[in-house]
Amino acid sequence: MTNIVASLGRSTIAFILEAGSVFIMVGKVSRYLLQIWKNRKLVYEQMMVIGVQSIPLVLFVGVFAGAVASIQTAYQLKGYISYNYLGAATSVAIFIELGPVLTALVIAGRVGASIAAEIGTMKVTEQLDALESLAIDPLRYLAMPRIFSGFFMIPILTILADFVGILGAYLVAYINLDLAPEIFFGSVKEFFSLLNVFSGLIKAFFFGGTTAIIGCYVGFSTSGGAEGVGQSTIRAFVLSSALILLNDYLLSVILF
Amino acid sequence: MIHINDLHKSFGEKVVLRGVDLEIYDGERLVIVGRSGCGKSVLLKHILNLMQPDKGYILVNNIAIRRVGQSDLFFLRKQFGFLFQGAALFDSMSVSENIALPLVEHTDLSSSEIAKKVAEKLEMVGLPGIEDLRPSELSGGMKKRVGLARAIIMDPKYILYDEPTTGLDPIMAANIDKLIIELSDKLKVTSIVVTHDMQSVAKVATRVVMLHLGKIIFSGSVDELYSTENKVVSQFVKAEAEGPIQPKPIKY
Repeated sequence: MTNIVASLGRSTIAFILEAGSVFIMVGKVSRYLLQIWKNRKLVYEQMMVIGVQSIPLVLFVGVFAGAVASIQTAYQLKGYISYNYLGAATSVAIFIELGPVLTALVIAGRVGASIAAEIGTMKVTEQLDALESLAIDPLRYLAMPRIFSGFFMIPILTILADFVGILGAYLVAYINLDLAPEIFFGSVKEFFSLLNVFSGLIKAFFFGGTTAIIGCYVGFSTSGGAEGVGQSTIRAFVLSSALILLNDYLLSVILF
Repeated sequence: MIHINDLHKSFGEKVVLRGVDLEIYDGERLVIVGRSGCGKSVLLKHILNLMQPDKGYILVNNIAIRRVGQSDLFFLRKQFGFLFQGAALFDSMSVSENIALPLVEHTDLSSSEIAKKVAEKLEMVGLPGIEDLRPSELSGGMKKRVGLARAIIMDPKYILYDEPTTGLDPIMAANIDKLIIELSDKLKVTSIVVTHDMQSVAKVATRVVMLHLGKIIFSGSVDELYSTENKVVSQFVKAEAEGPIQPKPIKY
């Protein structure tokens, strides 16, 4: 019994210390946000990597998420509510939940893990020490551009995912139910609310930031060789995904 | 001048440095020798505050490097060049981008001026015209020389070399030794070389210190190193299996 309590205590202390270290890192990085213009080249590069290069994956996921949402919603409406409301039901689901959450989860896999692997490899091969020895702060040079791009680009990717998601949903509605575009998009328009869209984008903003912050933190705390980098990659993905879902719950409670 | 006073460092239960005292004089080529894992690289990293001691302090030009703020620390670091054991070149950059990075970050030089300085340093390390290659396309010796070009691009006052000849063939090792001497003579820099390559020690050092069990146990010239009666130093220098230094039995 004593051992269990001691072990629980140690884990709690370790968790609090780690959470504290993440906040300290974010605090230090935020000082460099004032130097964004000076570091615009680095920020631009990361916006390309995190944002632009993720577009094909996000479009793919968005189309199929919309298509599945359409099929599932049609199945639930069948016999109870007219299919005329299919567009409204799927679009609201895409705007407030599917768009931001699925985009963030695929970005956690593609970007969060790759940030952790890249910084982790730099750590174990002394490249971070090399940056420091050249009087360059890795938090400014590596973390700030990635975290800023994470916060900024994921909402943009979410807008794309929302757009293609609704197109995917309509395509399925047209093929399966022969639903006319004016009926589908008419109901989307009727129930369209900017609040829904912004709520989704606020979620995406926090999901993107969380993913990049966790990727950087895990990368900087990597130790050991190739095995350590592998573990960091997994850890970054698992932590980011868990925090995205936790944030989703908390933000849903706050926003709706 | 660098002054190291009573430096202690442990990693968990493993004590690496147990009170290192050392003066490094301007213009000298100091070689730090010792067995693998005795803390030579750890000591080198403390000089640049890449690691922080548990106890003790280091003064660089009479400034306590651990006590200064970030901008002063970076100002001090700009006076140093550091050649890492594995060269630590940035994989995502070309050779020229690697070497030019400190100039891009810390100076207002134009791209053509930077390119000229990069070419000049590559010429100095005997690798002209390889600006566009990636680190993955270089051999071990080339990586070290590119690392050296990056270390000297800001014309530092001090150059720290972490095992510069380890893993290189004898000819390449001799070339690196020659470069260290040339750079020291041409640029009038203070060189601190960490190595356990005794051939390199004989060629490069103006003074040698030996680190053993976390302390400096010898300081003197190369001649004094080879003629010392200290049995630990003598066994290390002569590379003998029998003597006071014995490998610790490994527990499985």
